[in-house]
Amino acid sequence: MTATPKQPGEMRYAQAVCEALRDAMQADDSVILLGEDIGAAGGSFKATRGLQESFGPERVRDTPISEASIVSAAVGAALTGLKPVVEIMFMDFITLAMDALVNQAAKARFMFGGQGSVPMVLRTPHGGGLSAGPQHSQCLEAWLAHIPGLKVVCPSTPQDAYSLLRAAIADPDPVIFVEHKGLYARKGLVDTAGQAAIGQARIARAGRDATIVSYGATVATSLQAAQQLAGEGIEVEVIDLRSIQPWDRATVLESLSRTHRMVVVHEAVRDFGVGAEIVATVMEEGFDDLDAPVLRVGAPFMPAPFATSLEQGYAIHTESIARAVRQTL
Amino acid sequence: MTGKDTSMQAQRMDDLFALYETMALVRQAELALVRLFADSEVPGFIHLSVGQEGISTGVASALQPQDTMATNHRGHGHVLARGMDLEGFFKEIMGRAGGLCQGRGGSMHVADLSLGILGANGIVGAGIPIALGSAIAHSVRRTNGVAVAFFGDGAMAEGVLHETLNMAVLWKSPLLLVCENNGWSEFSPTSRQFAAQLQDLSAAFRIAYQKVDGNDVMAVSEVARRAADAARSGSGPQVLECITQRVRGHYEGDPQKYRDAAEMGLAADADPVQRARAALLELGCPQVRLDEATAQADARIDAAVAAARADALPDFPSALADVYTPEHAG
Repeated sequence: MTATPKQPGEMRYAQAVCEALRDAMQADDSVILLGEDIGAAGGSFKATRGLQESFGPERVRDTPISEASIVSAAVGAALTGLKPVVEIMFMDFITLAMDALVNQAAKARFMFGGQGSVPMVLRTPHGGGLSAGPQHSQCLEAWLAHIPGLKVVCPSTPQDAYSLLRAAIADPDPVIFVEHKGLYARKGLVDTAGQAAIGQARIARAGRDATIVSYGATVATSLQAAQQLAGEGIEVEVIDLRSIQPWDRATVLESLSRTHRMVVVHEAVRDFGVGAEIVATVMEEGFDDLDAPVLRVGAPFMPAPFATSLEQGYAIHTESIARAVRQTL
Repeated sequence: MTGKDTSMQAQRMDDLFALYETMALVRQAELALVRLFADSEVPGFIHLSVGQEGISTGVASALQPQDTMATNHRGHGHVLARGMDLEGFFKEIMGRAGGLCQGRGGSMHVADLSLGILGANGIVGAGIPIALGSAIAHSVRRTNGVAVAFFGDGAMAEGVLHETLNMAVLWKSPLLLVCENNGWSEFSPTSRQFAAQLQDLSAAFRIAYQKVDGNDVMAVSEVARRAADAARSGSGPQVLECITQRVRGHYEGDPQKYRDAAEMGLAADADPVQRARAALLELGCPQVRLDEATAQADARIDAAVAAARADALPDFPSALADVYTPEHAG
């Protein structure tokens, strides 16, 4: 029997995650999944639907609600020959697993003198828009990007959800794979033969007048802003970082060298965020290319609120991005 | 005495002597560290297991090559009894390039993955769920291996222990949980720190529990072997509570003003190395053989320390370049 390559097909972001897990598990017996209600229930956002039926409860392991120990167990399993993929149901819950991530997963390779690595992936959804309230909406990726030894990726399309998850599982070091609750239902064409490298950005829209740098769900909002600005005769380049740690300095600086204006956009709280790192790097390495101060668009410095009306005030809108771009011109 | 009795006694003496040799190595290595620390040849701080060698040695004797262990900040005995290379050990603790962890981890992070040693740990209790994950890997990979978590009584108050007990039972994981109960949670008596008993906690999860005199190395070895065999054969997690004494402070140099002289005297009297020595003499082992075992340990330790002193300091650029697997550093 000859294996026929799968044709690129349209699928939702959550399905792309699921297909990446399925294909990785089929390709490698050492890939296992751990998480709360990922098996029989198929995951809170259905990103693991059907996998327990295919691979059994030993490899698709429903865990109790014990985030700290689930993630630590992934570290131990990774040090003993497995490639565990853990799901943490909401990114807010990683607070419970910070020792496992920060003191164990991130440091094992370094502090053991490079004897081995920790080939684990932690999948978790961030982001608001669901009136999920202050403890189920946060974007905490900057914390993790600050920790030497962790990699942090954040796909914005179904294709990247598939390709970057395959890359994350294949990576020998711990990778935090940040999904977005608001993107799970988003549809897109996915080529399962497509490959992505962690640390490589993608130019989502080419432009000459200014550059927007973003990742995750605000890539789509930035593209809408670019579309709106195009109507005003302003051609904006939009860079989808895809990976936050490491991040693609070269692509960002190269774009700046052509546009000379930049806005960084993320859904996370603006203060001390990923944007601050990008702006600081641009100041250090791209100062001569700048014709205007680099601006940041991010959530205000407050917890994510519950009421739909309040959350509207908290969220990043097309108009706030467009306004920031106009300010740089 | 029958011929059978004589041969059993000879076997017992050989077994105990082998354990004695390991305990002597651990003890002498830590006493060497006391001197090196006092002379500022060991940077940072160290936590010694003097007086607790019966547990590390007894448990290590029950393990098989494929088994794994996660240990804690007081972990020198665990790793040396498992067979960690003595030179690599001293070089690491003395911060040298040839250390097992290239001088990046030190006493609290010494590891040898080739021996299944998943690291000492600077975070109390953190090794317990790591060992659970290792046990999961043994199950999934059908290695016939057991994972061991060494922890002190202070870790009983950490939530991850309770989470791990629960999951290990649910999944019948081949996990051996070894509590070294020395009565002290850092500077506080454990009676003031933990309201339950490990026995009751184990019973609540229906986990097989055994209490053993941790300063009787033969008893630890026998109980640990039974527990490891049970975990290996699919009976699920096993808890071993080893009662022992912490002879030196929480950290080396701790003046221990919180302990009274009588209690510290009892700790010294319970010395597992001296007890094994007395038992061996009673079994007819010549004293010279025991003295030779200690002298041989000292000679090996002296050679390892000399090698560490002669070794280069770690190279900063290569440490900086090794945060991620180099070919995937991005």
